[in-house]
Amino acid sequence: MSTLPAQFDAWFARRGWSAHPHQLDMLDRAQDPATLLIAPTGGGKTLAGFLPSLVELTGGHQGLHTLYVSPLKALAADIRRNLRRPVEEVGLDIRIEERTGDTPALQKKRQRADPPHILLTTPESLALLTSYEDAAVTFAGLQRVIVDEIHALAESKRGDQLMLALARLQTLRPELRRVGLSATVEDPGRIAGLLARHPDPCHILHADPGPDPDIRMLQTEDPPPWSGGGAKYAIPAVLEEVKKHRTTLIFHNTRAQAEIFFHNLWLANDDALPIAIHHGSLAREQRHKVEAAMLAGKLRAIVCTGTLDLGIDWGDVDLIIQVGAPKNVKRLIQRIGRANHRYNAPSKAILVPANRFEVVECVAALEAARAHELDGDPAGRGPRDVLCQQILIAAAGGGFRADDLYGEIRSVGAYADLSRAEFDACLDFAATGGYALRAYDRWQRLVEDEEGVWRLRDPRAAQRIRQNIGTIMDSELVKVRMRGHRKPLGEIEEDFAATLTPGDTFLIAGRVVQYRRILEQVVEVTKTNKRKPKVAVFGGTKFATSTQLSQRILRLMHQPIWPELPQHTADWLMLQREVSQMPTADRILVESFPHDGRAHTCVYGFAGRNAMQTLGLLLTQRMDQEALMPMGFVSTDYAVLIWGLEQVADPAPLFQRDALRAGFETWLSGNMVMKKTFKVSAVVSGLVDRKAAGLRKTGRQTAFSTNILYDTLRKYDPDHVLMQITREEAMKGLVDFGRIEEMLARTQGRVDHVIHDRVTPLAAPLLLEAGRVTVDSAAVTEKLLAEEAEKLMQEAGL
Amino acid sequence: MNINQIMLAGTALEARGSGALHWPEERLLAVSDLHLGKSERIARNGGGFLPPYETTDTLARLDAEIAATSPRTVVCLGDSFDDMAAADGLTDAATEWVTRMMAGRRWVWIEGNHDPGPVDLGGTHLAELPLAPLTFRHIARPGASGEVSGHYHPKASVRARGRTVSRPCFLYDRDRLVLPAFGTYTGGLRCTAPALQTLMRAEARAVLTGPRPTTIPMPRVTA
Repeated sequence: MSTLPAQFDAWFARRGWSAHPHQLDMLDRAQDPATLLIAPTGGGKTLAGFLPSLVELTGGHQGLHTLYVSPLKALAADIRRNLRRPVEEVGLDIRIEERTGDTPALQKKRQRADPPHILLTTPESLALLTSYEDAAVTFAGLQRVIVDEIHALAESKRGDQLMLALARLQTLRPELRRVGLSATVEDPGRIAGLLARHPDPCHILHADPGPDPDIRMLQTEDPPPWSGGGAKYAIPAVLEEVKKHRTTLIFHNTRAQAEIFFHNLWLANDDALPIAIHHGSLAREQRHKVEAAMLAGKLRAIVCTGTLDLGIDWGDVDLIIQVGAPKNVKRLIQRIGRANHRYNAPSKAILVPANRFEVVECVAALEAARAHELDGDPAGRGPRDVLCQQILIAAAGGGFRADDLYGEIRSVGAYADLSRAEFDACLDFAATGGYALRAYDRWQRLVEDEEGVWRLRDPRAAQRIRQNIGTIMDSELVKVRMRGHRKPLGEIEEDFAATLTPGDTFLIAGRVVQYRRILEQVVEVTKTNKRKPKVAVFGGTKFATSTQLSQRILRLMHQPIWPELPQHTADWLMLQREVSQMPTADRILVESFPHDGRAHTCVYGFAGRNAMQTLGLLLTQRMDQEALMPMGFVSTDYAVLIWGLEQVADPAPLFQRDALRAGFETWLSGNMVMKKTFKVSAVVSGLVDRKAAGLRKTGRQTAFSTNILYDTLRKYDPDHVLMQITREEAMKGLVDFGRIEEMLARTQGRVDHVIHDRVTPLAAPLLLEAGRVTVDSAAVTEKLLAEEAEKLMQEAGL
Repeated sequence: MNINQIMLAGTALEARGSGALHWPEERLLAVSDLHLGKSERIARNGGGFLPPYETTDTLARLDAEIAATSPRTVVCLGDSFDDMAAADGLTDAATEWVTRMMAGRRWVWIEGNHDPGPVDLGGTHLAELPLAPLTFRHIARPGASGEVSGHYHPKASVRARGRTVSRPCFLYDRDRLVLPAFGTYTGGLRCTAPALQTLMRAEARAVLTGPRPTTIPMPRVTA
């Protein structure tokens, strides 16, 4: 076991600390090509990651030594502050700088020629750095790379892009050593496989996970409603908890829920406790203000979403409140890790279910957490749209030989099984568009020179490639501004903005505002004295309950009685048994009821969200054929709720295997799920500019929707590589027909149909579920259009 | 029925679901803003490689309209080509297709802001076409009457039972008619955009294109 150099030992001693065992283990493993550290928040994880670098830098170093990559810009700033102390107090002469989208251009330029010893950055900024021809100079001295919060990156294309960038760096610096820092995850081996150069081994170090958290479910006098995500009933009880603690973080699953909760919290905040809101679509200045207040210890509570999920070390949080079911145990545990950053003290958390179904989910999640049962999804193949972007980045960075780049990309775990044909198709796409009609051979973007090096035909194209780097689809947000003010209040989804009509009121940054108009890509709003927003729902991240958790829920529901559930929820389940029945694994339960002027059909399958989503697509296709006029559906892990214009009289024929199968391919390729996936892949792969995709709805007549491109490709070049990529990416959120067949085989046509005159207890929570899919049915659209047009003409007296 | 009748300057016109305008009495078919060669122009200017099939698609739809109405005259209301080089850059197949459609009828290319000069494709090139009581031109002129134009790519949205249906549309009032863009790669300008709000009279109507063209009062900005 290696010992700390004397000056570090002395520093620990001066502070009255001793190094954690995992920090010393990291030092031991410092020469390994790849190491993954799994540690809870507050376990000195960051220092463990940097300690080997600090020790190595004691002897002086020319150029960049360590690159630190985190998913959040704010985290980079936070780390720089936290590193300053040991560096200054140990007396090290080390330059540490950030490089993010917020870094001034002049400093960025200087950093490329004269990089600091330690550079703190994000996956996007790193990808951008590798796209310059002088990347070899910038990274000349690089020894180590530290990927923080790698568990969060592992779930998105940002992680894939980062790993491709690391492969690039590894080509420049073959001796580069990689370190990953992760919160507790269900499958550390999977994360290790992503981190290490394939097929290098990656040692996994586990820090002491600390004591079990103290988690309970909030008990309130008022029962939660049947449906809805606002958790308004819990406001008084939550305020009581806030009063009892120093600082409380109140987590929500979606921004919309956070907004509504914050609004209601303030209405009830008679003591005027300092409570703020923080989420990803607030304006940057506003977020910074909240962060500063938090750091200064001025806030008693902060209502937030995933933006605070990651390990930013702020203030003295001693309570975590999770509003809405945590959906997945891993996220719950990670969020709870935010409370009480003192190592070896249990963190304290309270779950607040928003409706009765969530009570069941919370109870199941608590059981799972106590059983240390984590969950997660298996890794998919590396997305090829990110690969297309990587090819362009490599071209901008000075060119590449196809064989070399192919080898480099296959050294990334997620792309290890990429075939040469797939790679070549992506290269052709980047170079010529890859169309069956070779229309662009004259304007080819990349050309292979006599030495076999692929380069940009026109070097000016590098500019455009750099502008489009990244995999985050932030272009779908539009800014919201109060009339007469310059500073934006925040952002809303473009799709949501498109549904607003002048006069509509909605919530943003905790206040009710009135929509006026969209002007130059900014939504203009005015103040209103209305207390209740008219339009209450706007999108947010859709979380799937893990399969394990949904099995626990099903088991729980099948108990004859429910001693572990609060009485109100047990009564609610009993009522479901009375008016309908409990879904079971070997039958299909279908409930039909009218609601909100439309016929609703709820199908229970408990097969996981991807399977239910696929079933939703298939059933709506069958309903369209049977003239039942389906309009849309929403799926959860246990059911799919479909609404339309006509009532389903007999659901059994809808489930006929052959009929479902017959339409699978065509229906799949024509639906909105596919078009939305295409839009993302079109931007990521470089088919359309990030900016252009965002301009879609802003009234420039030259901008047109990517749906048109999708339809055109589908009609004239259905096997184009981008169509293949779209199918592959969309299928990650769906299942193969085989899985649906299994479900049908298991139930063997045993379909129970319950017709009720109103929403059933178990279907109620689905009414306000996020992630609704519109069914693209021409019959429905024409009918609705005709109806509405007649109404409008009559109103106008025409 | 996939047509919708419009009266302009005492003339009966048919707004077709495709976005084309038919004048049965004159046996005239008008389409606007074809933007042929758009994907080629974007690639030429260093933009992305969009699927290069929009010219084929636009011509196929125009061909179908010609087959359905057998016009004596076809008027392309400007921005027929995405730029002048795009007109020259059409593939041989596309050029032959256009020539085939021109055969046996009068064909008028109205100049647009994207294609201000004559193109090498035959037909007549005009800044505008007066055909009493109507005048065909690319961009509407304030104060004109009996005017048929394009340029703006108008579109309108209707909200019905929670669903927003957005379509390219014709706009008309007693002075003028504005055609939707016919080209496959064309976006739309919402009716509520200031340019269209000031151009059209208060009582203007919109005809939404689609399988069944539908008339509504032109959406207005009320705020």
